[in-house]
Amino acid sequence: MSMHIEQKLPSYRSESKAMGLDPMVINLGPSHPAMHGTIRIKAHLEGETIVFADVEMGYLHRGFEKTAEAKTWNQVVPYTDRLNYVSPIINNVGYALAVEKLIGIQVPERGQYVRLIMSEISRITDHLTCIGASAMELGAFTAFLYFIKSREYFWQLIEEVTGARLTISYTRVGGITSDLTPDFKERFAFCAAELEKAMAEVDGLLSRNRIFLDRMDGVGVMDRERSISYGFTGPLLRAAGVPYDVRKAFPYLVYDRLQFEVPTGSKGDNLDRYHVRMEEMRQSLSMVRQALQQMPEGPVNVADPRYVLPEKKEVYGNIEALMNHFKLLMPGHGIRPPQGEVYFPVEGGNGELGFWVISDGSDRPYRVRVRPPCFPLMAGVEEMILGEQVADLIPIFGAINMIAGELDR
Amino acid sequence: MSESALYQRLAESLGLQGLQEEDLGTVKALVVPAASWSAAAQWLQQQGFAMLVELGAADYSKHPLPHPGRFAVAAHLMALPGFERACLKAYLPAESPALSSLCGLFAAANWYEREAWDMFGIDFKGHPELKRILMYEGFEGHPLRKDYPLGRMQPLIPMREAVDYELVRQAARRAEGGA
Repeated sequence: MSMHIEQKLPSYRSESKAMGLDPMVINLGPSHPAMHGTIRIKAHLEGETIVFADVEMGYLHRGFEKTAEAKTWNQVVPYTDRLNYVSPIINNVGYALAVEKLIGIQVPERGQYVRLIMSEISRITDHLTCIGASAMELGAFTAFLYFIKSREYFWQLIEEVTGARLTISYTRVGGITSDLTPDFKERFAFCAAELEKAMAEVDGLLSRNRIFLDRMDGVGVMDRERSISYGFTGPLLRAAGVPYDVRKAFPYLVYDRLQFEVPTGSKGDNLDRYHVRMEEMRQSLSMVRQALQQMPEGPVNVADPRYVLPEKKEVYGNIEALMNHFKLLMPGHGIRPPQGEVYFPVEGGNGELGFWVISDGSDRPYRVRVRPPCFPLMAGVEEMILGEQVADLIPIFGAINMIAGELDR
Repeated sequence: MSESALYQRLAESLGLQGLQEEDLGTVKALVVPAASWSAAAQWLQQQGFAMLVELGAADYSKHPLPHPGRFAVAAHLMALPGFERACLKAYLPAESPALSSLCGLFAAANWYEREAWDMFGIDFKGHPELKRILMYEGFEGHPLRKDYPLGRMQPLIPMREAVDYELVRQAARRAEGGA
C-alpha cells in the first residue's frame, strides 16, 4: 500500500481494530449489474467505508495485439472497433493515422475533415453514454433516456454515412469507406438541435439538483498531482485542472484550423468530470459546425494504387484496376509500409489513445500496441475509492467511463 | 524536433556516451542502456517531465533489422505545463530481461510494468507487486513474445475453492492472539 493511500485512511483501520472489528469483503463483479463491463473490485468495508480495494481486470482480454500480428494492415481495422465500442470511429482514425504516418502518406483535405467530423460525433456519443449511464445509476432515469435518445439520432446519422451503428470499421489505410451523404449538413443540424435541447433539459435536471450534487460534489477526488502521477489523460485530467488535450497539444488532422476551448475543472471530483464532459460536447458540436463550413470538395482517399483499392466499377471494367485490386488483396502482397515504427496519439473519448505500430516491411503489422486511455484511470481507481462510501463506488466508476474493450484488449 | 538537445543534456549529466536516437514519427526516442533506465527517467522527471503517459514493450526477435537486444521497453514522458514529450527506450537481452522499476517515480508505472511482465516476461526490479494483470494466475508463458504460437492451448487449471472469509477472519484473529 502506497504512502498516499495510508494518508487517505487516517484512522479507520486503527479505530475498528481497537473495537475488534474485521473488514467485510464485498466482491463487485466481474459480472455485476452496476459495473459496466467485466471488471472485479474486491472492496474491504468497515461499516460502509471502503478501507481497501483490489481491482482485478483482464476478464475481456481477447488478445487484440497478438491477433493484429497475424492480420494484414487493413484487417486490423475491424478489431480496433472493439477497443472502445462507444466511440469506435476515433479508434479507427487513430489506427489509420498511425499506419499512414509510418507509410508517409496523408489523406486529402476533405478526407481529413470527414474523419474529424466523424470523430467528434463519436466523441459526443461517448460522452452521452457516460453521463447518461452514470446519472441513471444515481436514480436519474430521465436524464439517461434523454441522452440515449439523442445518441440514437447520432447513431442513425453515423449509420447513414457508414452503414453500421456500432462496429463501424470506417477508415482504411489511406482513406475512409464512404464520404458524407449529400444531405449530411441538414441531418446533422437536426441531430445537433435535438442534442442541445436534451442537454438543456439534462442541465436543468442535474446541474443544480441537490441529490445529484450531494452524490457528485467532492466524491472520487483525484487532485492534480496524483492525476499527473497516475498518467491520467482526457476528461479526468482536465477535471483536475490540467488543460491537456491531444487535439490542442499535438494537433492532428485539421484540428489546428478550428476554434475550440479545452474545458477544465479545479477539484478533480465527479462533478468536475460531469461539467467537463458536458462542455466538451458543446465544443464538439461547434467543431463539427466549423468543419462543415470549411470543408472543401474533392476526393477523400489517397490517390495511390499501392494503398487504396480502386473503384468497384473500374475493377469490373478494366484490367489494370482488376490487377490492382488483386495486388492489394492477395496474401503476401497488399499494403507494405517501410520498416520502422511510429507512436501516434489521438484524443479518444477518455483521453490519449496511442497506437505504437511497428512494421517489418511485410503486409502484416509486426506489432500493434495500444495505449488505452482507461488503463491508467483504472489503475487510479484503487486510490480514488479508498475512504469513500461503498455507494459512491458506483458514481466514481461511472465517471471514469471504463470501457473493458480497450482496457483488456 | 527539440528532443535532441534535451537528450544531449541527459547524456551529459548521466555521463553516457554514444547514445542512439530512434524516430517514432511523432517523437524521438532515446535509447538508453538498461542500467541507466531509472536514472534517465528520474533526470527527466527532475526537468519537469512529471507524467508517464505510456510504457510499452516489444519483442524484436523476428524483426529483419538488427536490434541491440531482443526486447525493448519504451516509456513516453510528458512535461507540464508545456506538454513537451520525451521517450526513453531500453533494449534487453533474450535471457532474463530485466529493468529497474519506475514505480517509485510514477504511480502509473505500476500497472504498465505488470502488463509488460505479463505479456513479455520482462522483470521489473523493485516493483511492489509484479503479478499478471491481463492473464490469470496459472497461465503458462508470455503471450506477446514472438515464439508464443498464436493457437497454443493452455492447460486447464484446477477449479479454485471459493474463499470463506469467515475462516480468513478467524485465522487473522488467532494470528493476532485475540479471541
